[in-house]
Amino acid sequence: MSTATDTKRKAPAGERVADWADGRLGIYSLAKANMRKIFPDHWSFMLGEVALYTFIIIILTGVYLTLFFHPSMNEVEYAGSYVPMQGVLMSEAYASTLDISFDVRGGLLIRQIHHWAALIFLAAMFVHMMRVFFTGAFRKPREINWLFGFLLFVLGMFTGFTGYSLPDDLLSGTGVRFTQGAILSVPVVGTYISMFLFGGEFPGTDMIARFYSIHILLLPGIMLGLVVAHLILVFYHKHTQFGGAGKTNKNVVGMPLLPVYMAKAGGFFFLVFGIIAAIAAIASINPIWALGPYRPDMVSTGAQPDWYMGFAEGLIRFMPGWEIVLWDSYTLNLGVFIPLVIFPLFLTAIAVYPFIESWITKDKREHHILDRPRNAPTRTAFGAAWIAAYFIMLIGGGNDLWATHFSLSINSITWFVRIFFIAGPILVFIATKRICLGLQRRDRDKVLHGRETGIIKRLPHGEFIEVHEPLSPEELHRLTAHEQYTAGEIGPLVDENGVKRKVSMLEKFRVKLSKGYYAEGNQIPKATAEEYEEITSGHGHH
Amino acid sequence: MSSQDIPETSLPHEQATESSVATRVDKDPFADPGLPPHEHRIQDIDERAAKRSERTVALLFTVSMLSTVAFIASFVAFPIDKIVYIWPFGRVSALNFSLGLTLGLALFCIGAGAVHWARTLMSDVEVADERHAIEAEPEVKAKVMADFRQGAKESAIGRRKLIRNTMFGALALVPLSGVVLLRDLGPLPEDKLRHTKWAKGKLLVNQNTKEPLRPEDVAVGSLTFAMPEGMDEHDHGFLNEIAKAALMVVRMEPDDIKDKRELEWSHEGIVAYSKICTHVGCPVSLYEQQTHHVLCPCHQSTFDLTDGARVIFGPAGHPLPQLRIGVSEEGYLQALGDFEEPVGPSFWERG
Repeated sequence: MSTATDTKRKAPAGERVADWADGRLGIYSLAKANMRKIFPDHWSFMLGEVALYTFIIIILTGVYLTLFFHPSMNEVEYAGSYVPMQGVLMSEAYASTLDISFDVRGGLLIRQIHHWAALIFLAAMFVHMMRVFFTGAFRKPREINWLFGFLLFVLGMFTGFTGYSLPDDLLSGTGVRFTQGAILSVPVVGTYISMFLFGGEFPGTDMIARFYSIHILLLPGIMLGLVVAHLILVFYHKHTQFGGAGKTNKNVVGMPLLPVYMAKAGGFFFLVFGIIAAIAAIASINPIWALGPYRPDMVSTGAQPDWYMGFAEGLIRFMPGWEIVLWDSYTLNLGVFIPLVIFPLFLTAIAVYPFIESWITKDKREHHILDRPRNAPTRTAFGAAWIAAYFIMLIGGGNDLWATHFSLSINSITWFVRIFFIAGPILVFIATKRICLGLQRRDRDKVLHGRETGIIKRLPHGEFIEVHEPLSPEELHRLTAHEQYTAGEIGPLVDENGVKRKVSMLEKFRVKLSKGYYAEGNQIPKATAEEYEEITSGHGHH
Repeated sequence: MSSQDIPETSLPHEQATESSVATRVDKDPFADPGLPPHEHRIQDIDERAAKRSERTVALLFTVSMLSTVAFIASFVAFPIDKIVYIWPFGRVSALNFSLGLTLGLALFCIGAGAVHWARTLMSDVEVADERHAIEAEPEVKAKVMADFRQGAKESAIGRRKLIRNTMFGALALVPLSGVVLLRDLGPLPEDKLRHTKWAKGKLLVNQNTKEPLRPEDVAVGSLTFAMPEGMDEHDHGFLNEIAKAALMVVRMEPDDIKDKRELEWSHEGIVAYSKICTHVGCPVSLYEQQTHHVLCPCHQSTFDLTDGARVIFGPAGHPLPQLRIGVSEEGYLQALGDFEEPVGPSFWERG
């Protein structure tokens, strides 16, 4: 028998499978580049991971839910086991959601994991986006990946919205009605879009089936593609890292993918999933059985969208009801249409920021070292102002809850939101910029004078001084390694031969912005080696 | 545990000499000192600590296995409708609670085990990899440009302009078929948003009792929801119709009514207004008896029913439409026509 001797010479089974796959897929070349790929470590890098893992959890639980959910608006009389609703006329969609909650074992748990994971997914994407923003990780070569991430956030919002509309309960129907009312406000084509989207008058009988295909196929399909592209680019660009000893723009310092990063990141998926499962066990989310099926002539108080739609809700709540009738025959419903326009514009403002900043700096180099937010004061202030506007809108979206929970007047809250939607971001911008400059000054002082030890010494002649401890070489490097731009200049408008040079309005505007970013007073010059030498060698410590 | 059990050679100061720390000769005080030397964990130098870590990880994985068994047991053991009291969560579904916590624990322990393994037992030596510029070298770019020019030349797309232009034309037109196919997504608006089920002579039916309303059924300070007679919630298209026809009936002292037309369209101080908010279409349903203000709970638009349902606060752009009512020969409240203007949120063609 030759088999016995053959097996002796053969490679282990795993290797043989790998050989087989390599001959067809070329996996060894792929693994050579990636198996020991280095990933830098920082707590803030896990925010994107939370987003990725919740997305996977949503897909897994979502597939399960499709096995039981009936996306139909046929009216049925409920006959399931939830007694308060028995005999109530409702859509099949709502009835099957009740079945998932009360008749399918584990159905309620999966529904709640799905919904909680969606809320956390959007929150994780939001915070991840802010991490990338405030550390300048969106700079070249990552602008396109920033846009991919931004698109994921926006599509996530709409996937979430179409998802929580599916049960066809009173709360979700109210949310869809709001959307339909907002669509009607679009000049010229609004009525047509509404008729086409809902298959006729609201609510019609097509809405749930259409939202279903958008929610489970169209949007998640696009998102899955974007997630894959996002991750490929993360691999391709290699992860950014914070500056520090041994870390440069030319290297990436961290742990290899196999085994450390794989174990940590893979383990983290289970941690996220486990925590969400536990939350779904103890915290009820969207109890669709509480209010009953949707009827367009009924409503509950305290109706709220999921949190990520809250800012849009706020816009529509605090906008004054401006309505203009044109030529006695057309209505321009600005009170609804303006919020509908601000909604995408506000999101676009943060999406295009990377391109605006690179236009101002004219910096064409690659950036792999993250900025500390204080070292980019104007950018940080802009981001903080954007967040301030976002949260002001969020407050506006819950104005009724603020009123009832804190016994405040709904009118004064609405006026507060109207005023601070404009004033809030301005104040936050100014305050954030000052804080950043203050922190830059402190870094400068620390470099030049060392760390305050808190030890007070009394000198022989009675003077008290605090002992300052010089920083370690690592700290000195970390606090001085960042680059500082110099503000742009228009330069002389007439050259030495007396020929006038034309400078476009756009270029003048760019230089003005550049001064606002980098001119004196808008950033604190970091300590130079000369200053340091002078202080440390000159008249000694004090 | 005492330090003398640890072999001398694996102590940190012994190893520190091995790692190469670049010594600086330049004078720059801020120069990069290079990666700091690796600091050993207790598990790197003490095999017993490493063993402890191993046991911890194994314990976590074991707890996970037990939790999965508990999940299956809960699935079988608890009836789906069993409600139990658990402090501090209150009365909860025993099945949901046990399934969620056991699944959560099973997953969490896998994660905790993997992370603990990575943090304590896998190498924590930081490694530096080089980065390479994303953009291609000039030679690569030159090759690509040449290839592209060659390909374009061979296709003759630049030379045979007739082919190019007709191709662009064909590609631009063909998606139109897809757009045309979307036409049947819904009907054209026509005047659908302008009419409701209300018409002259239709009685006002109480939505709760399904009985026609008499004027004496409507007390001062009460709010009654009504719909036109002949509508049944089992009807096909009921929801579409009620979305437009829903009505609020309120009685006030006739002297309190400030608006002249409102008074004319009322009956003995009973006024009927569309229940659908003119903002984005929520049902206005919060009624303030003393002031006769109604508030939409969705976006807080507030209307003054004593003054033609004028908007006194919030984002709505125009008053709620009023339905002209009277009394039939049998003494029931009846509509004297449809709403004179479209109900609900405004739209472009509303005028």
